[in-house]
This record gives sequence, C-alpha cells and structure tokens, in this order.
Amino acid sequence: MGRFVARRLLQMIPVFLGTVTIIFFMTRMLPGDPAAAMWGDKAADPAQLAAFKHRMGLDVSTGQQYLDYMGNLLTGNFGETMAGRKVIDVIGEALPVTIRLALLAFVFEVVVGVTIGLFSGLRRGKAFDKTALVFTLLLISIPVPVLGFIFQNVFAIQLKWITPTVQDSMNLGQLMLPAIVLGSISLAYVARLTRTSIAENIKSDYMRTAIAKGLPRRKVIGTHLLRNSMIPVVTFLGTDLGALMGGAIVTEGIFNVKGVGNALYHAINLNEGATVSGFVVVLVLVYLAASLIVDLLYAVLDPRIRYA
Amino acid sequence: MRGASQAKWVVAAVAVALAATACGSSSSNGASDGPVNAQGTFSYQSSEPQNPLQPANAMEVGGGRVLKNLFKGLVDYDPATGKLRNQVADKIETTDAQNYTVTLKSGWTFHDGTPVTAQSFVDAWNWSANTKNNQINSDWFSDIQGYDAVHPASGAPTADTMSGLKVVDDTHFTIALTGPVSYFEYKLGYTAFSPLPKVFFTDPAKYGQSPIGNGPYKFVSWEHNKAITVAAYDKYEGVDKPKNSGIVFKNYSQSEAAYKDLVSDNLDVLDQVDPSDLASYKSDLGDRAVDQPQGAIQNISFSLYQDSWKGQDKAKVRQGLSMAIDRDTITKTVLNGSRQAANSWVAPGAMGYKDNTCGEACTYDPAKAKQLIAEGGGVPGNKITVLYNADGGHKEWVDAVCNSIRQATGVECVGDPKPDFKSARDLVKNKKVDGLMRTGWVQDYPLNANFLRDVYGTGAAANDAGYSSPEFDKLAAEADKATTVEKTAELYQQAEEQLAKDMPAIPLWYYKTTAGYSKNVQNVKYDSFGDPVFTQVEVKQK
Repeated sequence: MGRFVARRLLQMIPVFLGTVTIIFFMTRMLPGDPAAAMWGDKAADPAQLAAFKHRMGLDVSTGQQYLDYMGNLLTGNFGETMAGRKVIDVIGEALPVTIRLALLAFVFEVVVGVTIGLFSGLRRGKAFDKTALVFTLLLISIPVPVLGFIFQNVFAIQLKWITPTVQDSMNLGQLMLPAIVLGSISLAYVARLTRTSIAENIKSDYMRTAIAKGLPRRKVIGTHLLRNSMIPVVTFLGTDLGALMGGAIVTEGIFNVKGVGNALYHAINLNEGATVSGFVVVLVLVYLAASLIVDLLYAVLDPRIRYA
Repeated sequence: MRGASQAKWVVAAVAVALAATACGSSSSNGASDGPVNAQGTFSYQSSEPQNPLQPANAMEVGGGRVLKNLFKGLVDYDPATGKLRNQVADKIETTDAQNYTVTLKSGWTFHDGTPVTAQSFVDAWNWSANTKNNQINSDWFSDIQGYDAVHPASGAPTADTMSGLKVVDDTHFTIALTGPVSYFEYKLGYTAFSPLPKVFFTDPAKYGQSPIGNGPYKFVSWEHNKAITVAAYDKYEGVDKPKNSGIVFKNYSQSEAAYKDLVSDNLDVLDQVDPSDLASYKSDLGDRAVDQPQGAIQNISFSLYQDSWKGQDKAKVRQGLSMAIDRDTITKTVLNGSRQAANSWVAPGAMGYKDNTCGEACTYDPAKAKQLIAEGGGVPGNKITVLYNADGGHKEWVDAVCNSIRQATGVECVGDPKPDFKSARDLVKNKKVDGLMRTGWVQDYPLNANFLRDVYGTGAAANDAGYSSPEFDKLAAEADKATTVEKTAELYQQAEEQLAKDMPAIPLWYYKTTAGYSKNVQNVKYDSFGDPVFTQVEVKQK
C-alpha cells in the first residue's frame, strides 16, 4: 500500500511538469499581444508598451520566459497579473468559492443520484424505474445554461424565493441553486451508472449466498450489494470532482459566482498567461490527488483488490 | 452654490426629457418619485479594474468609473451639456493657447485631510507621465513642454519633471505647451490630470490598492473580483456634491446576470443592457429604462486616396450613396434600437454639436440618390465593397447597409470582412483599402473638435479616408488658435459644413446608452460617456 502510494506520487511529477509546460506554451501561442491588449482598440503608446513588457518579463524570448516561469514556480512564485497582483492571491480568492460550490454539487449528485439509481436497480421495470429513466434522460439532454436560466426565471424572477444571482459567493445557502444546476447532469450519469451496476450485481452468487444466510435485507443491500456496485460510480465521481473543481464558466457566469471559472474567464479574456497557467497548475494538482484517492477507494470498496 | 447647481439640474432634466421624446422613445422623467434617503447607498454594475487605482492608469470603464468618483481635476464636463466647468480650478487663463496660468480654489482637501495645492497637481502629472511608472494614459501629457525628458520615445527617462510645469505658489501654477492647443482645457477634464496627495509618492503601489483622492467619494474597500465600495466625502468642495452617501461597484462577468439582478431590484444602476435583453428592456423597466445618445459615432469612409474616388464630381456620388441608406429602418430593426440615426459628424452631447449639419444628404431618398450618382458619373465599376472587422458584430448592419444601397440605386454592394480588428486596422491605417470601410470614433472629450480635427484634418492620425480639404484645414487652424473654447467650437461648426459638401465619410448612427435603474433609486441620468451621473443619484426611502 505504502509503496503503491509512493510510486503514484513519483509518477505525478512528469505528469505535472508536462501539463504545466503544455499550458504555458498554449497560452503564449494565443493570438494578440497581452500588453498591447491593455489599450483595447486604441493604439498603444510605444514607449509605455515597451516599459510594460519589461515589467511583465515579456521582452525576452519565449524560451527564456519559460525558464523564468518554471524557476519561479519551483520557489512557489506564481507570477503577477497584468494589474500587478500576485496570481497566488487571485487563486486564493477564487478557490475557496469553487471548493464550496463543487462540494455542494458533489454531495447533491451523490446523495440524490445514488438513491435514484439504487431504487431503480432494485425495482427494475417498475413505474419508479421508468420515471427515473425519463427524468435522467431529460436532465442529460438539457444544456446547463438552459437549466440555469430556467431555474433563475422560475425561482428568482417568478416565485421570488431567492435573488437571481449569488450576492455573497461564500454563502452556502446562496450557492445551493447554482450547485443543483451544476450537479444535475452528473446526477443523471450517477443514477444511470448505479442502476446498471445494481441490476447486474443483484443476480450474482454472493448475493444469493448472503440472502440464503438469512441476513437482514438492509444489510444485504447496504454492505454487499451497494458497496460492490459503487466501483464504476466512484471512478466517474473521481474525475467529476476534478471537473467541478475546475470551475464552471457557464454556471458561474449565469449566477455571478466569483469562483475559479469566473477568474479563468476573466484571465483568458485579458490574455493573461500567468494567471491561466497558475490556475492550471493548481487544478492539475487537484486532479492528480482526486485520481489517487479514487484508486485507493477501490481497495476499500472491494476487498479482492489489493495494492502492492 | 448649491442652489445654482440644483437649478442647472432642472434644466438638464428638461433637456433630457425633450431629447427623449424627440427620438420617439418613452419619456425618462423617472418613476414615481419618493422622499429621498440622503444616507442611502446604491449599487452599480461594474467590472474588475485592469490596473491599480491610480488616476492615469485606467483606460477601461472598470477602473475609470471608480477613479472618476475618487478624484477630481481642475475642470470636468457638465453631464448634461458637455460644457466645461471649473472644479478645483478657480480660473485657467491664456492669451496664446500655449501658455496657461492656473489659479486654484482654496479649501479643497484630499480624503486624508491634507490640502490640494498647485504642487499636488504638478507632482501628480510629472509622476504619471514618467515611462517608468507604467501609467497606461501617460501619453495624455504629451502636449506639455519637457514631456520628452520623462517619456522619451525609447530608452530610460532623463528627468523626473517636465520643464513646462512650474509651481508659482500654493494656489497658482503655469503650464507651457509645445505648441498652441486651444482645447487643452478640455483635455484637462480627463481623470488622468487629477492631483495626488504627498503620501501617495511614498508608496504608489499601496495607494493604488487603497487610493486617497479629492473627489466626491472616498475609498472604503476593494474586494477583488467582487466589489469596490466608496462613501461620500463630507468635505468635498466641488459643484456636484453627492446626493447619496455611497456607491458599491458590483462586479459582474456577464451582463445578463446584472440585468436579472436589476429587474429584481438587487442591483440599482445598470451600465448597459445586454444584447439579448435589448428587445424587451423597455417593457420590463418602463419609466426606468434609459435610452440616450452617447459620444460615439459609426461611419463609412471612402478611400479618397484611390484614383477612383478623386475628383470633384465624385462628392455627388458619395452624397448619393449616403442618401441610399435607410438609417431609420436599420437602426430600428437590425440594431434593435441600440443606435440612433446620425445626421451630422459630431455626436450629440458634445459641446459644439449641431443638429442636421449633413442635411438632405443624410436623409433616405432613393430617387435623389440615383440621380446624384448618375450626375457624378456613377460608381466605378458599379460595385462597392465595405471593409470591416468580423470580430466586432458588424456583419449584420454592413449587410443591411449594402442591401439598402443595392435596392435604392442598383449599385452592387458587398461586405468585405477581415478576420479581426487588427488585420482590418492594418489595411485601413496603411491606406490599402479600395472602396469603402467601416470607421468609428469614440470621443476622448466632449468637444466637436475631437470629432472633426482628429478625424478629418489633413494628416490626422485617425484620418482613415485620407481626406484633405484646404477649406477645412484653414477653419480648423483658425479654431485651434482661438482663445476661448466657445469660439473654437463655433469655428469647428463652420469646418463641419465643408464635410457636408465633400462627404469624405457617411455618418450612419450614434451609439446609445441603453441602460436602466431599479425601484430603489431615482434621478438617474447618464452623461455622453455613457456613465451615470453618480453624485446625483437619489436613494428612495424604504
């Protein structure tokens, strides 16, 4: 187990360096001069433009910029935005908001998704299963922006239960609605995956044995059926958590949530390579951690899986 | 003083109401006016400033509108008329439009209590112009003598001060320019020319995050990407004392979200209605919808430097093409009423704007258009192209304009899209266009000279048509030497008449401020820059 984790951690290093390198050159290849873009449609004053480029470290070759960036990164320096703020501060403001939003959405999709999937799987072909099928297909087929606008119109403009946008991005209560919108598509996938897995495993030998032993139904379903059926769902949830942490540009835009998606959108618009790279660095770390946790969870869920 | 400024505002309100009725929109007298809560604050749709909050360091509205409220310069523009009015300046005198003597009013203070003196201005301008301080508007000081030393074309500055600025005493300083610029005073209304307190220079970076100004509002807090809060400054000496006690500049990344918040009264004053709500915002907001012209104009210019457009009789062809464009229909349908048909080359709201200087040549008349084009010898090849950048949302209206020309005159007309602003701009700038091109102008300051001299003067940086008229240049030169802004504006009006004869560019329409406000506020007016008049917003009692 310990050796497995150590090996995985070592593997993360080339993955991390590779992604950071790729994203660095991708942001630098975007058309347009980020310094000149600060002047918008107007012509930049050449002397001032040169001074800006010098301050941003953009007046050297791309190769040199890359070396500077990687050197700074290793000492924990993420660089500065065009406005002269530390990128790490920008990340520090946006990430707590996105963590809250992502966890809310995650809890919502896990609790509701697994429950729907479990009951559909247990009552295959019954009314509940059919209804759940229609409901989940509907969720999958509605694009997130549409769902966001519908919820906004119904709950805020018509019913006036809530404000149309999030007034305080750190308030869990206010983040509830965007979290539901954000989690709804994944919820449908979780429900479908759980249902299929349950429906398959319910016919397996160990289930028959458990029932034959006379175990109470609650225990048969809880420990034996559900736990074993969770493996494909956990795989999906692992990558989904990574995606949720990456921020949701559309949902955050609709509800004016000041999270990672919002900050990335702003940075991409301004062609701020340093900010975009900085966020990607953090997100790569989150993704790697999430996939490691998923792998470890397999062993917890299925005793037959052993890591050496 | 207060009484006088109130009276001025009544006149302004009437003017706005009349203008609104004239262009056929719903009147904007304001919804049911209630008692005012002088302690009330309101929120405004804003965006994150791109740079630290230093007076010469904002080119975008996110920072610019905050700075406008935190700082106040020698003069500013009357929001209703665009006329210059004195703020910190008591008077600005000149005899030759090149050497100015500024007298300050006494009693003005910065938000930290220190007095605003002549030194505050001179130090601020020297600092802002200096290349090494990385101020985005540093080239606004280029008229001043000694600018080359602090802002050389390349290399490091050789001095810290501009020789053209001299402090006489606490309330007097002199400005020497490199040449006569009669409307230099108009430029002084820009936020870049604000004063800075002594403490600023001890740590400019720190005071870029928590600025200390001398404007109607003092800085309270800046929560990055969320909001900037300012509060009314009770010792403010300006003519526009705040009628509310503070503003929250609320950050929105999507204008749709801001609009939804406004409709449900969670946001008080809107910057611009997003395109998808333009069609319905007047019915959503009723009396609280705002619809008025902005200081910006959209034109189609001719490549006068090509042989095909030279010659006196071609002016008739250009007038004919102008008359073939149905501006009213296009602005109402294709542009959803977000523009106002133009009949002059200067946008309304600028000082010296004169209605209908274009006259008959800007009215839609297919028969007359055909006749003029025929008299002028016809369009070369009976075909024209209109160059535009495809990334700016111009395709729809360029196609509509072309359709209008084709149907009215039978001249073949097609759009000529270039992928982005930069590639289109390169062709236009290097005078490589053959035919027509989209051009536009957003005012730097609300004076007709800015729309005329900087666009149609021979050799002017933005003279994309390559227009050169001795008559226009003569009148412009006379206007530039005038010693009062009123005289300058009047002489430029005469110069504008020459444009009607030559038609180097077809004025299409003026940009408009399409915005609105919530049920919590009243007396919300917008100036020609599209900014709400923040100090005059009244918060209603709950």
